[in-house]
Amino acid sequence: MTDPAAAVEPGVDIHEHAGIGDPNAHRHSPEQIRKEMKVYLAVFIGLAVLTAVTVGACYGLKLPVHQAILVALIIASIKGFLVAAFFMHLLSEKKVIYGVLILTVIFFIFLMMLPVSHHANPFGS
Amino acid sequence: MDAHASVGHAELEIPYNVHPRPDTGLYNGKLGIWLFLASEVMLFGALFSSLILLRTGADSWPRGYEFLNVPLATFNTFILILSSVTVVMAWSHLRLGDLKKGRIYISATVLCALIFLTAKGFEYSHEFREGRFPKTNNFLAIYFTMTGLHGLHILGGVIVFLYFLGPGAKMWAKEPERYTNRIEIVGLYWHFVDLVWIFLFPILYLM
Repeated sequence: MTDPAAAVEPGVDIHEHAGIGDPNAHRHSPEQIRKEMKVYLAVFIGLAVLTAVTVGACYGLKLPVHQAILVALIIASIKGFLVAAFFMHLLSEKKVIYGVLILTVIFFIFLMMLPVSHHANPFGS
Repeated sequence: MDAHASVGHAELEIPYNVHPRPDTGLYNGKLGIWLFLASEVMLFGALFSSLILLRTGADSWPRGYEFLNVPLATFNTFILILSSVTVVMAWSHLRLGDLKKGRIYISATVLCALIFLTAKGFEYSHEFREGRFPKTNNFLAIYFTMTGLHGLHILGGVIVFLYFLGPGAKMWAKEPERYTNRIEIVGLYWHFVDLVWIFLFPILYLM
């Protein structure tokens, strides 16, 4: 078995997730960086198409409120995933960043639950 | 004398601003920006939570597209997405050692940001002419608060980008990797601002 890492220059990252290398690697090969740039352009096209779909569905078709909320939030979540995963390199980040983000998500969910708790136990009732 | 001076200078250097710390695997600035972004999630999260509270507690709630300018906001969404690509392309070109192309892409990002702010200015002035102010109703109060705060973040990003296009670019001559890392950090902030708009746009304009 030949270690593929041994075949490249020391310090150059060869590990990647969905075309994106480790952003914290000290160096990347120019080929790897150019490959990533193509991925960024593909993600841009995906984001543009999803934006058009959101506007078409919610504004063009004038969906009822509940359907509009569902469609818009699902598409926004997909777009958010694309930005975070590819542009912010969260597909291949370090554990400490995932740790920070897990804590953030827990507190964010708590924030979103506050209005629910208010309606469950409204003041003055 | 010079040896003492250089030792003193080295002691004042902030460590790990180019190479990763062994324990985190990150250079310090990157961990710093992620902690800052976590606090930003809480800031905008509190406003989204307020929006949910106001909307679910209201007897009736206007649908944004009935009076807001959806085509202009859609255009702005494309512009902001484009700016996210240009900033990541700037970072990529800097990693390739091409400062010239890096600066072109940073300039394109600034241009996108200014177009976004100009369009937002048109939207605001239209709302004001129509007599729609933050005090008019809860929808407009939360609309102006959230889009206004988001606009301030765009403005902050523009100032930082302009710094790195101007005086901050001198760093490239002596420490190109450090300069590249700085652009990565600003880029992460910029992508977050884009991410916020990705949710703000449908929630305020399309629902």
